[in-house]
Amino acid sequence: MHLAISVEEAVDLIPDGATVMLSGFMGVGVPDGIVHALAGAGKRELTLISNDTARDATGPGPLFAAHCVKKLICSHMGLNTIVQAQFASGELEVELVPQGTLVERIRAAGVGLGGILTPTGVGTKVAEGKEIVTLDGKDFLLEKPLKADFALIAARSCDYVGNLAYMLTATNFNPIMALAAETVICEPEEIVPVGMIPPDLVKTPGVLVDHVIRASA
Amino acid sequence: MNPKELIARRVAQEIAPRSLVNLGIGIPTLVSDYLDESLGVFFQAENGAVGMGHRPPEGMTDRHLTDAGGRFVSFVPGASTLDSAFSFGLIRGGHLDLTVLGALQVDEKGHLANWAIPGHYTPGMGGAMDLVTGAKKVIVAMQHTAKGESKIVPECTLPLTSQRQVDLIVTELAVMKPEEDGLHLLERAPNVPVEVIREMTAATLITSGEVPEMQLNACP
Repeated sequence: MHLAISVEEAVDLIPDGATVMLSGFMGVGVPDGIVHALAGAGKRELTLISNDTARDATGPGPLFAAHCVKKLICSHMGLNTIVQAQFASGELEVELVPQGTLVERIRAAGVGLGGILTPTGVGTKVAEGKEIVTLDGKDFLLEKPLKADFALIAARSCDYVGNLAYMLTATNFNPIMALAAETVICEPEEIVPVGMIPPDLVKTPGVLVDHVIRASA
Repeated sequence: MNPKELIARRVAQEIAPRSLVNLGIGIPTLVSDYLDESLGVFFQAENGAVGMGHRPPEGMTDRHLTDAGGRFVSFVPGASTLDSAFSFGLIRGGHLDLTVLGALQVDEKGHLANWAIPGHYTPGMGGAMDLVTGAKKVIVAMQHTAKGESKIVPECTLPLTSQRQVDLIVTELAVMKPEEDGLHLLERAPNVPVEVIREMTAATLITSGEVPEMQLNACP
């Protein structure tokens, strides 16, 4: 399949039951077009890995309103009342992960590490059921890598070979998630000729990007 | 002076020049309002910025630039952006000089609980566990009581945020420091006698000699 695909083609690639990473922080740096299309297509039983769920209608919000998500792995459920209701009713399974641990678990999967040792969570509920590794007298939690079938990411700019640049705090989880999924789909705000993004500003090399949502004609 | 302003002004005096500081939501956010800008302090937003500034002028907000609460912010000269892994690397890696957070409870050992109440909806810990575990210095900035109950307790009954001992607790009544032997009362708010602070505190407070009044610098 071509690098540039339509949002409908992107949605067709993602089957029910898939594990999907969705970048963003409180709705900033989220590929909103793909989110709305996935929700509109009525996907079911997704496992969603996302830092938070923002609000009812922002960020990942539409996926919950359309009952697409079976399991959520996040650091914070945000201010999303639909998520709150689905969690309370048991419709939604939630795994809460400290934010720094969440991003490092994703990074571990993306860079070929077998896991990470973090002091975060030692002596708290987060440590329940996890292995403690003591090194030089200090306790760490062994946290396992987190990978996905799809990473849905948002970029400021994308060139014809898929090189990506991000903007300000919309960067957040994007470059990390772009390493950690079988298929990486990017929704850029603009598409530019090769060379327009200076090499030093490319934060995700195009070789990592499988598909780019095509510009609307 | 209202209680929140008192807390924020006192905490602001703990901030060293040229330090990297992360402020939590609520009272901690107010701290930057009372800080002398010539100190060259950089504020981190854990969603990916060092050098966060105040809200931009009306009509100048940009959806690519928000703080960890999702509010629109600006940058100060010299700011930089980071991805989430780098941002939390700063926090856990000992590069963050200070974090100021609110709390549901703090206890005599200096343990902090600020993310969950069993039986109630708990949205998640977000970055709190990393911040408390990793920052070089942790200050709890909060009101002394909630619904008439002391938030400073002998031992936390709510789920802990970290097993790390916080460094300082600042409320509208007192400044307290957890040490090996217990919780020390270091300062009292203007015109608040020690007896009143003890009455309002479920935890045992250790004093050595006269407890001085908080000295508040003039606002910058």
